[in-house]
Amino acid sequence: MAAIRVHGTPYSTAVARVLTTLYEKELEFEFVAIDMKAGEHKKEPFLSINPFGQIPGFEDGDLKLFESRAITKYIAQEYADKGTQFKCGDSKTAAIIGVWTEVEAHQFDPVASKLTWELAFKPRYGLATDTAIVEENEAKLAKVLDVYESRLAQSKYLGCGCITLADLHHLPNIHYLLGTQAKKLFDSRPHVSAWVDAITARPAWSKVLALQKQQG
Amino acid sequence: MATPVKVYGPAMSTAVSRVLACLLEKNVDFQLVPVHLAKGEHKKPDFRKIQPFGQVPAFEDEGISLFESRAICRYICEKYTDKGNKGLYGTNPVARASIDQWLEAEGQSFNPPSSVLVFQLAFAPRMKVKQDQVVIKQNEEKLSKVLGIYEKRLGETRFLAGDEFSLADLSHLPNTQYLVTTSGRGEMFTSKKNVGRWWNEISSRQSWKKVVDMQNKGA
Repeated sequence: MAAIRVHGTPYSTAVARVLTTLYEKELEFEFVAIDMKAGEHKKEPFLSINPFGQIPGFEDGDLKLFESRAITKYIAQEYADKGTQFKCGDSKTAAIIGVWTEVEAHQFDPVASKLTWELAFKPRYGLATDTAIVEENEAKLAKVLDVYESRLAQSKYLGCGCITLADLHHLPNIHYLLGTQAKKLFDSRPHVSAWVDAITARPAWSKVLALQKQQG
Repeated sequence: MATPVKVYGPAMSTAVSRVLACLLEKNVDFQLVPVHLAKGEHKKPDFRKIQPFGQVPAFEDEGISLFESRAICRYICEKYTDKGNKGLYGTNPVARASIDQWLEAEGQSFNPPSSVLVFQLAFAPRMKVKQDQVVIKQNEEKLSKVLGIYEKRLGETRFLAGDEFSLADLSHLPNTQYLVTTSGRGEMFTSKKNVGRWWNEISSRQSWKKVVDMQNKGA
């Protein structure tokens, strides 16, 4: 049995964030499907991994963790010498990578998640998209991506010259948004567009998509 | 010689005060540079050079310019490991993973509803902005659920990430201070046995008292 276990469904953006990091690091792990419809994530034993009743839950041996961005950080630290090296510089660069990781969490994700829900998930569930919410959040996302455009004109990836968690954390939401009308926001900004092409082309990300297909 | 560490923004900003609390815990000298929010100084091109999203805080240390309060706090802990509270960001990888987990919980689950409430209840009245009762009620319900989870956790451990005060607890100080003292929502915290005990402990720390003092003096 693998020491590393991820609990959730691969369609979840937060779960996919962890999966892509594990694939980048070339780590063996077991995927434990959680029956969301049955509310398995709101009951024990899942709650003893994540008391907030949200996926993913994560285990590495005896260690239990929740919050996807804490999990990816742990994986990057613990398995620093394996797979993709998420760094290209000294401690000052590490601090800059830290800044852009927070930017994804607090500037990009709140807005992108709302759009992903309205434009990508609601149609799948036969729910009506709220066009007012879409309009409001497309405008907000445009402003965030303007900042990204300036940043990526100076730096190949958000944190530094190589790919790091700051970039990878964006993949799950960007993947969904590229399949919706929001795609235009990324396409219309040349540096953002090139960066999106680079991160979505990662073999590790293709493995996440393959797992999504496999798990149905 | 002036310290190279500079924090840009007023102490009354929750995100700025998060950074100040961290600097004080770590005994790192700093200079607080005023930014006139009411005049929109933070939205102007000059300020956007150091914070492209037009928000406070911005931060400088020798040869480095940062933003996002939680990233700044992590940087301070990593750069000044041996100063002040050495365990603030954990002294081993397992402790750090737990702190990061609860820091993310703060950022993703606690901060969104509590920030809305801080704005609606503490700032909107001063800014003569009309309060939205529907929004207040929705976010009280969300925050209440989060505090229910905290109540259980804080019955198992003394602080959120374990038995030592950490960056994860510190990150909660700014919003909670406003909710408990200014917004008439103190009961959400103090009526819960474990959360109440935890709030008392973390808000009594000398470092936090200094921040509150700075806020009261209009720094």
